[in-house]
Amino acid sequence: MNCLAFVPSKNGQATKAGLEAVSYAKQCGAAVTAVMVGALNGDGGAGAAGATKVLHVSEELHDEGQIAKVVSAAAEAAGADWVVAPHDHVGRAVAPRVAVRLGAGMVPGVTGLLEGSTVKRNVFSGKAMAHVDVKTAKKVITTTPNAFGVAGDGAAAAVESFAADAGEARLSVTGFEPSSADGSVPLPEAVRVVSAGRGLKGPENWGIVEELAQALGATTACSRPVSDMGWRPHHEHVGQTGITIRPDLYIAAGISGAIQHLAGVNQSKVIVAINTDPEAPFFKAADYGIVGDAFEVLPKLTAAIKSMG
Amino acid sequence: MTMKFLVCISKAPDTTSRIAFTEGDTQFDANGVQFIVNPYDEWYALVRALELKEQHGGTVTTITVGQADCDPVIRKALAIGADDAIRVDANPTDAMQVAGLIAEQAKAGGYDVVLCGKETIDHNGSVVGGMLAEMLDASFISLATSLDLEGGKAQAKREASGGLERVEATLPVVVSSAKGMAEQRIPNMRGIMAARTKPLNVVTPGGATEGTGVSKFELPPAKGDCKLISADTPEELVRLLREEAKVL
Ligand SMILES: Cc1cc2nc3c(=O)[nH]c(=O)nc-3n(C[C@H](O)[C@H](O)[C@H](O)COP(=O)(O)OP(=O)(O)OC[C@H]3O[C@@H](n4cnc5c(N)ncnc54)[C@H](O)[C@@H]3O)c2cc1C
Ligand SMILES: Nc1ncnc2c1ncn2[C@@H]1O[C@H](COP(=O)(O)O)[C@@H](O)[C@H]1O
Repeated sequence: MNCLAFVPSKNGQATKAGLEAVSYAKQCGAAVTAVMVGALNGDGGAGAAGATKVLHVSEELHDEGQIAKVVSAAAEAAGADWVVAPHDHVGRAVAPRVAVRLGAGMVPGVTGLLEGSTVKRNVFSGKAMAHVDVKTAKKVITTTPNAFGVAGDGAAAAVESFAADAGEARLSVTGFEPSSADGSVPLPEAVRVVSAGRGLKGPENWGIVEELAQALGATTACSRPVSDMGWRPHHEHVGQTGITIRPDLYIAAGISGAIQHLAGVNQSKVIVAINTDPEAPFFKAADYGIVGDAFEVLPKLTAAIKSMG
Repeated sequence: MTMKFLVCISKAPDTTSRIAFTEGDTQFDANGVQFIVNPYDEWYALVRALELKEQHGGTVTTITVGQADCDPVIRKALAIGADDAIRVDANPTDAMQVAGLIAEQAKAGGYDVVLCGKETIDHNGSVVGGMLAEMLDASFISLATSLDLEGGKAQAKREASGGLERVEATLPVVVSSAKGMAEQRIPNMRGIMAARTKPLNVVTPGGATEGTGVSKFELPPAKGDCKLISADTPEELVRLLREEAKVL
């Protein structure tokens, strides 16, 4: 089984989600060739994660239509029978186009290993799982960020330069607006998240949420009404109509646990709910719970984390 | 510059639906389920298309791949303000098939801007838009949080790692729409009355190939009981997170 992994990079280094895609393919038993676009330091980390070779496209490409062209050409060159990419913002724009170019069935956001031509993924916003069969000879798969680990024991990969006709750019990037000035990990990539809802009463009370997040090295999130009322920025809104996240630890304070909220967070590995109401639905979805006032519990929890050393 | 907009509308189970399966766990159990317009398609894609039409002039057509049971959600889209609707009379089973059937109609119609939702809340694929762009040989803006048309180009912001990227793309363009692009519009009585007589054109599907199929659904294992910790001993929670859950 030959797999081509599209590995997005930043400052010459593969992203974590990209390395997860490489390790995923390796775990599925494939020989993995990575394709990386733009500046690259050494093998960008792809070898350690499980790739034996990196096809390096030195041109900086921002139009995913162009990226899809070179990735498809690389898949042909590597004799790959399947292509894997992360299900992040880049992979979501590149992989469907690659699938069309290769005439391959595509399974997005998988959560299980590829067995034969079948692979598992979450559907109905995490409320169910589907076993999906790929009906075509070639396959395209995207991996859910933070669902698979990154192996780190491989040898450095051989880097070969690779060129293919990318055509003309029809999309260009003209600017960037960072969501947080503090440089915290973006929500979809965060391993720990501290989230708060309407129970916090007003934006002026978010200090205790941010302090806990800081003590944990976590990113902050919120429920939809909180972002709708402008207490917190839109990009913090998690749930069915916001961002879906899958951190190792999700702490929710003053959030009732409405089904639409849970849809975005129920794939977290461990959930902690803090709520004054012992009947709050969140306790049914949580692993650990504290029935109590967030205004008292959050500062105490922050102190306990800090004293843990 | 008048514009032709095409908005991809899918039907989805209401967000509070109980999820269950029938026929040996191969089919979604639609019994008692209320269907709605997929929220991303309605709140963001459709409403932004209407706003841009109001600004630039033009027409907003919706397209749905689905059977007659989709008609109520299509009428809702017409009530919100779309001019007319196309329904490709096929049972949607796979992104490649859906994109192929939409692409066929889109090519015939010659649209400047095709909008779809970021994802459907039942399949959660986030795939149809990108496939459609490739099939139409169009530019594609994924996960857009704003969209404007200026100087014959699409200007947008889109979700990127750690913030929003500003991008510019040539027309024709396919846009996948995420939160921020527009505010939900509630149809008024006049809209609902007008929707009854707006054209809903049912077309027979051409040939589109399926890339995948679902062989079985499964419900997640029941969550174990929530362990309650006293509000007076948060250090106990820290200990459990560290030693039992091993996440610290
Ligand atoms: C189509 C649709 C899509 C939606 N999508 C989303 C989505 O993506 N994300 C989302 O979050 N919501 C979404 N919602 C809204 C959702 O249904 C809920 O209304 C929302 O999640 C409630 O937010 P909340 O828990 O912050 O507020 P509330 O429901 O008001 O709950 C506040 C909670 O705080 C507790 N509390 C009060 N004071 C304290 C205190 N001092 N200490 C601790 N706890 C306290 C209360 O007991 C209560 O449980 C959607 C709704 C619809 C209809
Ligand atoms: N059956 C369908 N008919 C029309 N549009 C659809 C259909 N399925 C998906 N779409 C569009 O494609 C977007 C992404 O869908 P998906 O790839 O299934 O997550 C949706 O938000 C819709 O705009």
